[in-house]
This record gives sequence, structure tokens and C-alpha cells, in this order.
Amino acid sequence: MKKNLAFAVIATLLAGIGAARAAPVVLTIESWRNDDLSIWRDKIIPAFEKAHPNIKVRFAPTAPAEYNAVINSKLDAGTAGDLIACRPFDVPLRHFEKKQILSVNDIKGMDNFTATAKTAWSTDDGKTTFCVPVAAVIHGFMYNKDAFAKLGITPPTTVDQFFAVLDKIKKDGKYVPLDIGTKDAWEASQLAYQNIAPAYYKGEAGRKALIAGSAKLTDAQFVEPMRTIARWKPYLVDGYQAQTYPDSQNIFTLGRAAIYPAGSWEIAGFAKQARFKIGAFPPPVVKAGDKCYINDHPDIGLGVNARTKNLAQAKLFLEFVASPQFATLYTNAVPGFFSLQKTVVNVQDPLAREYAGWRANCDSTPRLTHQIVSRGTPNLEDDLWIKAAGVMNGTITPPAAMGQLQKGLDSWYKPAK
Amino acid sequence: MSNTAVMSASPAAARPARRPVRWHIAVFLAPAVLVYSAIMVLPLGATLRLAFFKSVDLQTRYAALANFHTLFGDERWSYHFWNALLNNAYFFLIHMVLMVPLAILLAALLSLPHLRGSALYRTAIFMPTMLSFVIVAFVWRLILSPIWGITPDLLDALGLGSLFAPYLGKEEYALTALGLISVWKELGVPMILMYSAMLAIPHEVIEAAEVDGIVGVRQFLKIKLPLLWPTVGVVTILTFVSNFNSFDLIYTAQGVSAGPNYSTDILGTLLYRTFFGAQFQSGDPHMGSVIATMMFLIILAVVCVYLYFIQRRLVRYQF
Repeated sequence: MKKNLAFAVIATLLAGIGAARAAPVVLTIESWRNDDLSIWRDKIIPAFEKAHPNIKVRFAPTAPAEYNAVINSKLDAGTAGDLIACRPFDVPLRHFEKKQILSVNDIKGMDNFTATAKTAWSTDDGKTTFCVPVAAVIHGFMYNKDAFAKLGITPPTTVDQFFAVLDKIKKDGKYVPLDIGTKDAWEASQLAYQNIAPAYYKGEAGRKALIAGSAKLTDAQFVEPMRTIARWKPYLVDGYQAQTYPDSQNIFTLGRAAIYPAGSWEIAGFAKQARFKIGAFPPPVVKAGDKCYINDHPDIGLGVNARTKNLAQAKLFLEFVASPQFATLYTNAVPGFFSLQKTVVNVQDPLAREYAGWRANCDSTPRLTHQIVSRGTPNLEDDLWIKAAGVMNGTITPPAAMGQLQKGLDSWYKPAK
Repeated sequence: MSNTAVMSASPAAARPARRPVRWHIAVFLAPAVLVYSAIMVLPLGATLRLAFFKSVDLQTRYAALANFHTLFGDERWSYHFWNALLNNAYFFLIHMVLMVPLAILLAALLSLPHLRGSALYRTAIFMPTMLSFVIVAFVWRLILSPIWGITPDLLDALGLGSLFAPYLGKEEYALTALGLISVWKELGVPMILMYSAMLAIPHEVIEAAEVDGIVGVRQFLKIKLPLLWPTVGVVTILTFVSNFNSFDLIYTAQGVSAGPNYSTDILGTLLYRTFFGAQFQSGDPHMGSVIATMMFLIILAVVCVYLYFIQRRLVRYQF
């Protein structure tokens, strides 16, 4: 009896060891793109696993609003996955400085990216890149083509035309003119303010001036866009103060709204859910004939956890991400995310192609608050969320909001003179 | 050899028998003490210790009371701390004003002698307590939603449509709304405690009161309520500790920034946001520990005041 038991135990152990040696390496990717889970699982990961049969990849996203806090804790505690989706600019820079993610300078294919593409994921001196750029997103306005056709409206190009269109839709009464809520606060900052503001502060000129300290948030060019979004109030859903981001998405895809301030990341999900044709127009210009500016924001990079146990395999995956094959695959599998590689990708989805087409006529600029000015406490981006939501709720005036933002920024930010 | 045996035997016989060391007390206490220390005492000590350090250029340096100075001296930190404290006090006030009287009232109604379906009522009132906070927050957010919720329609049906507002999205109403939701959820336990206390009142006392002609509401106010004060005391202090530690409901309903514009920010959410970071803000364990220390001291102070001034003076009747 005892001999049988001993044999059984030894046999199980040997089987276990044998199985462990033959078991494939499993890479875990941390991300905030929970909407893309099925795309990664069904299209992107199989392409990689076909080329590398011994490596299995698992895409494990967290809810977007929680991702930053969660990934910070996980990296501090050492429990993060092997590959980390990087937000742009300061957030992963902090991780790199804390030695929680590694440099990717040595990944084959890093020269497929322009220097501009790499800025969002490189140190201030530009010498070390710590995340492989994956995609940029463009901000604009999506609209219900059926609603516009029914009301006889064409997409507006100037701010005055924009409000005229909103008035017309509101008078008709069937559709909600503008679909955005303030409960989650980030839309007020990223889809409202930072969407239309580049037209006022002239894109890169204004953004770089703010970072350099030669412009202040209390200047007219930064206060005006706040005044504009304060004018949006009457065109929003009744009770928009309690409207969350999923609520906004659902109202639009159910066909109850006419215009939805949208980043291009919505394209994939909306294509599946909306029963009507969706069009898009760029943020309106202040005066007819002005140069147009779009918020073209490098959004996702992919970095490697310094404490990963599968460094070689993780680097193989990063090489895959830096390859033109991935660029084509990703841009077309996840329409709305535009690859940052030099290779020109043929964008198949018509709505994504429309968004990408704006790059030809409009000057691109990333979001105003993400580079350098969100490094301290209070960081400008989080502050902007609260203040922009307050302006849209009518609980704070635009000049007061910008004044408080500048005060918060001044409390820690000393631009190099 | 035998000499020493005889020598040693007599002194031992002369001394009184020594009591054996009572190891079994330590053995029986050990598991509870060890587990409690590991899970509660040591982390508390570590947190209190963290509050006295500061992170300078990725290095931890001893900073004495500098962090406390920042919390109370810096304009922004001070604003957020006092805002959270006042919100928390208001949150607690809603519980005291609504939950305790309601619990007593419901317990009194349920302990009426010939109430039909009292078991059903008891279960129905206790059910929300068994739900997880996440479910409660999610369901109430949906109910109160101006877009999908039933609240506008219900209020319209009652003719009170003008009273409707997006409560969770308005600075003036959000905290009150969340307080009411929390009372709805927490009502079960105080009610059961009061109910058991009322059932424990011996029948002889009630009979004696009825013989003296005290019935109905007067009986409740003069006989039953004074016998309930110890339970009310326990419920109050437990509610206080629970409220000042609470976090789940606000976090799931309003998000980590406890919007709108920090109007629902309580000490728990402030601590979470500071310690773990939020959105683009990096977590700061040291300032977070300072807030945790302040929470600990506040709760400790109030509980001590309560125990010394009130609990000792509560009259407990023994039957």
C-alpha cells in the first residue's frame, strides 16, 4: 500500500515537471481598452501566436477610469503583467524613472517610428524611449447621418454654424442636439475642452507656450473655449449632470442624439451597435477661413514590466508591435486607432478614413495637459476634469475656472526660463 | 546518592507545592492574538509610521511632522481635508437623524403583538443590508438616472415631477442622496438590534405598566424607549465608526474623485485617492498615511469621549 502510494506520488511529480517544461510561456498585457478585448483575442493575438507557437498572450484590461490607479499600485507592488499599455507622456515617464518599466531602445523596429511619434514615450532629452508607440486617436464630432438628412443639415465648419445647427436640432425636438454628460468628468476635459480648444490657442503654438511659461491659462486663447463649452448647456440631455460615459455612448447608438463629441476610439464599438450611418466633422474653427486644428493624440504605447519573468518573450511581442504587419493589422482591426509607424496604412473603415483624412488639412496637436504640466500635485489634467465639468454644469464661471487651474499649476510648475 | 535524595526530598516537602504555569491560557489566546496582530495591529503600526516619512527624489527620508504640516498648512490639502471631514460629519448626521429613529419605529411596529406578515416585513427590510455596496450603488444610480431611471416617471405619477433633478450629478444634492441610499442599505442591522432589545423586555414589566394604565404610545415612550438607550448607544457608536471608515458606496457611485467637484468626498475616498493615486495623479503613500492617521485619531477620540461620558452613564436595567 505504502509502495503504491510512493509510486503514485513520484509519477505525479514527474508528470508535473514534464508538463511544466513543455508548458508555453503566458504573457499578460495590462490595458485600459476593455472595449477591444474581443479584437485582441480574435485577431491580433492569433497573428502573433501563429508566428510564435510557444508563447501564449493574454489581454487583461481594466476599466478605463481605474486603469491609472490600478497600474500604479500593481507596478509598486510588483504584481503587474508582463506588458503594460502606456498612457502618453508623464504617466509612464514616472514609471520609467522609478525603474518599473524598461527602455525599448533595443527593440528591433524602433526606427519604424518618427521622432514625433516617440516624443510621447521618451525621456525629456529624447534619448531613451520606454514604450513602443502603438496608436494615436483623433478627436472630433460624430453625427447621426440619418438625423442630419431628415433635418436638412450639413456638418458645420465654424463655431457660429455649429450653434446654428444645434438650435435647429433643438427646435425640431426629436433628437438630443449634443450628447455629452459631466458625471464622469473626463469627457468635459478631453471630448469637450481639449477637442475644440486647439482652434483657439492655435495648436502646438499655444501648447508649447503654456509649457514654456510664456502663456497662461488665464489668457483669452485658453478662456474662450471654456466660454464656448459653457454655451453647450441648453443643448444637452435634461439631467446631463448625472449622465455617465456609457450613458452617452448608448444614447448615441440608440439613435436618440444627433451629435456626439467623439474620439476616434469609438468607431469600432459604434460600428457594431449603431443602426444608422455615422458621419464625422472636425472641431469648428472660430472664424470662417481660419486654419483648422485637430487634437491628434498619441494614445497607446506598449511597455515591458521591469519585473517580468518572461523578458525574452515580452521583447519578441514588442518587436511584433513595432513591425509593419502589426501596423496594418491594428489600424484595421481596431478602426479609430491610427498607427504611429512611418508605413502608410490603408485604412479600410470609411469613418476611420474620414478622421484620418483631417490630418491632411488640419494641424495636429496632442492634448494640452499631458506633457510636463501634469507631473506635479495637483496635476493639470485631473484638475481640468473637475473644472471643465463644473463649467459645463454651470457651477463655476470660465474665468474663475481657468484662474484656479493656473493657480494650481503655479503652485508647483516653474517653467525653465 | 541516597543522601542527596533524602536531602532534596525534605526541603521540597517543606516548601508549598508550586502552581504549574498556566500555558493553556496563552495557547488558547494565541491564534486570535496572532491573526489580529498580523492583520490589524501591524499594518496600523506600519501606516502610522509611514506618515512620518517623506519621499524625496525616489528616496524615503524621515520628515517628522512635515507631512502633517502640509496637510493642515497647504491651502489645497487643507481644503480637501476639511471638506472631506465636514462631508463625513454630514453623512453621519443623516444616518443619526434618519436611521436610528426609523429603526426604533420599525422595531416598535414589528413587535406589535398581532401583526400579520411580520416575518415578511422583517426579511424585506433586512434584505438591502445583505446586498453588496457595489450592487446597491449601481442599482440606485440606474434608478436615479435621468435617462434610464424610473424616478422621473414615479415622481410624475405622484404629481411631484418638479422635484426631480439629476441628484447624483448636482453638488447640492449628491451627498444627501448618497446618505439616503446608505441609510436604506444599513437600516437592517439597527432595526434587528432594537427589535431584539424590545423582545427582551420581560412581559411582567409591560403587564405592570398596563395595570397602572399606561398603554400605547405613552407606554412606548415611558417604558420601552428608556430600556432601549443602551442599544441606541451601541448603534450610534458603531454607525459612527462605520461612516467615518466608509468608502465603498461613494467610490462606486461617484468614482474616485467623489464628484461632482468633491461634494461627496469623504475621508475614505480622500484617503484612497491620495494613497493609491487617481487618474493621472500618482499615489503618495506618505500623505495618504497622514490622512489615515488623522482618521484613526478622530475616530479614537470620539469613541473615547463617548465611552467616558455617555456609555458609563447609561442606565442598564437587569431583569
